[in-house]
Amino acid sequence: MSSLTLVRRIRARPSIVFDALITAEGIACWWGPDAGPVLLAECDPRVGGRFRVRFRTLDGSEHESSGAYLEVARPERLAMSWRWAGSEDPGESLVEIDLRPIAEGTELTLTHSRLHDEETRRGHEQGWSGALDKLMRQFLVSAEEERHDRS
Amino acid sequence: MVNYTRQLDRTFAALVDPTRRAILARLGREGEATVSELAQPFAIKLPAVMKHLDVLSGANLITRSKQGRTVTVRLSPEPMRAAMEWLRHYERFWQAGLDRLAAYAESREAEAKRGGG
Repeated sequence: MSSLTLVRRIRARPSIVFDALITAEGIACWWGPDAGPVLLAECDPRVGGRFRVRFRTLDGSEHESSGAYLEVARPERLAMSWRWAGSEDPGESLVEIDLRPIAEGTELTLTHSRLHDEETRRGHEQGWSGALDKLMRQFLVSAEEERHDRS
Repeated sequence: MVNYTRQLDRTFAALVDPTRRAILARLGREGEATVSELAQPFAIKLPAVMKHLDVLSGANLITRSKQGRTVTVRLSPEPMRAAMEWLRHYERFWQAGLDRLAAYAESREAEAKRGGG
């Protein structure tokens, strides 16, 4: 579980979704974990080009994420490296976004992987994340039961 | 934050090994077990199990207590909770981000259709 995958169905054609991912105007509308504002959005969406996005969350704290575009295949696939600026930096991770045309518009699959340090990355290559997934799920279940037992 | 990151490093490093994950999974199910009970399912010698327990203990994932000749191992859930909480930050970031991305793209799609696109 050093990776995270999310799937979304969007009622817009892939090219429109793709442009929302790689234009400063698009990024300013969605980047971040809550309704706080995007303060700065710079992007150069070609292989080797970089992006930098600074945003403020509703608790008032500011965060900056940046990285390089690794694959830019409009409108199907976007891959970019990712890191947080400053003290939040846990190293470089990888974001991959695949867009598939469906009847209602686009199915977007996002995977954010290599989420933790060298050890994890090595382990990741050995395919441990699925097993770790199970462990974490199990842990959640047991923690849940523990709570029930106490109450 | 630096200490927090260091603890996460230790947690994830400890979790890379399949034997250590199996030990944690069992402790997660059973709450506690003795060292010899933990060693039983594995085709490795007791000293090797002890080494794994040292790593888990160094990452604060387990605690050990000795009574006579029996060492009881317990799961120490806090670092696992912290690791999951850390992953949830990313999940929140993308869940909320993709919601807004979808809303933005859908409004652009509606504009394109109105414009005859």
